[in-house]
Amino acid sequence: MSGRVRLDGRELRREFDRRTVFRDVAFSVAAGETLLVTGRNGSGKSTLVRIICGVLTPSAGSVALESGAGRAADPHMYAGLVAPYLQMFEEFSPMENLGLGAGLRGMPFDARRAAGLLERVGLSGRLHDPVRTFSSGMKQRVKYAFALLHDPPLLVLDEPTANLDEEGIALARSVMAEQRQRGILVVATNDLADAAAYERSVDLDASR
Amino acid sequence: MPPGKAPAGALLRSVRTVFLKDWRSELRTRYAVSALLMFVVTTIAIILFSLGSEGASSDALDGMLWVVIFFAAMSGLSRTFVMEEERGTTLTLQLAAPPAAVFFGKLLFNLVLVTGINAVTVLLYALFINGFVIRTVSIFAVTVALGSIALAAASTIIAAIIARANTRGTLYPVLSFPIMLPLLLSVIEATRKASEGAFFAEAGGEFQLLISYIVVVVVSSSMLFEYIWKD
Repeated sequence: MSGRVRLDGRELRREFDRRTVFRDVAFSVAAGETLLVTGRNGSGKSTLVRIICGVLTPSAGSVALESGAGRAADPHMYAGLVAPYLQMFEEFSPMENLGLGAGLRGMPFDARRAAGLLERVGLSGRLHDPVRTFSSGMKQRVKYAFALLHDPPLLVLDEPTANLDEEGIALARSVMAEQRQRGILVVATNDLADAAAYERSVDLDASR
Repeated sequence: MPPGKAPAGALLRSVRTVFLKDWRSELRTRYAVSALLMFVVTTIAIILFSLGSEGASSDALDGMLWVVIFFAAMSGLSRTFVMEEERGTTLTLQLAAPPAAVFFGKLLFNLVLVTGINAVTVLLYALFINGFVIRTVSIFAVTVALGSIALAAASTIIAAIIARANTRGTLYPVLSFPIMLPLLLSVIEATRKASEGAFFAEAGGEFQLLISYIVVVVVSSSMLFEYIWKD
């Protein structure tokens, strides 16, 4: 399934209160490829990320996520997102959050897999503590587990290393490397340390 | 299968998860229940003090019951969407759950909440307000049941609309009043018939109107919700 997944953006434009954030944005990404989204603060990186994830409608143009054989894919099942503005349900524990993530998607909850994911992101001792008691870096790690729970063919990371320590940054890099093997990776950042590793790119400063 | 259309089994599981999330969250915080109960107790106490020993006409008391229920609903039922907006979890729900699951899960939660609060309100009102007498209990029971469903249906979609507005606190009752007017007029009239001791069949017109109201609000809301929810 993920081997044939494809993401296409055509003539995308988004306006807020008659102010054009970006226009004529286009990209085409196939499985195994990565897309880098860059731009200054306010250039619309997070807006484009939301459009790609299917939670915001563009003012013009379209984003098509195909699961293969030309079929449109359901973004709820195909996309995973990690972003500073994405919030977990803080009165619940990481395990409960992952349970909610599976249930909201209509999937059965595999507690063993969820515990394995949370251990992988470095939260093995805090599986049942409320997320509101976590530091911002620990919350970022919960978001990685939440995004990966359903093995999304499309993984979208907005500022992937935000709030993370060195160990966390290494985790983020390993998640990105795995996603490159498994499906499509979209990264919105101005940290261009690994810019050469991205096959496709969109510079929103050039799309105003 | 077009995007956003989940199989029925998966959709039901998703609806159940939205409902259980709100239910468990409410059990842990008791935010909406506390606000609603405090409102009901305070309002009934004010009515009690203002009437004193003089009492009021049966018609006025029937109407006042629904004034308490309407404003109690206004004080608590918007929480289900406003809470997601305040905590920043709207995006998390948008990302993981189909819009239909969010709408029906929230509707179910509001229905349970409003049914429980209305039961407490009616009990307290009947116990403490002198002169409030129900002679045809069957009419009153059906009126409260249908009124609760209609109130939950209308308040859920209005809460979704106002959740992102800056002035949501004042906007909620203002926007709700014209939308809920047919509902309020019907339940007040049916309650009047219950207190007068009318036969069950005599309230048939009000029940038909309430059922039609529920069907129209739920169907149109489920069709419109995706547009409200996405942007």
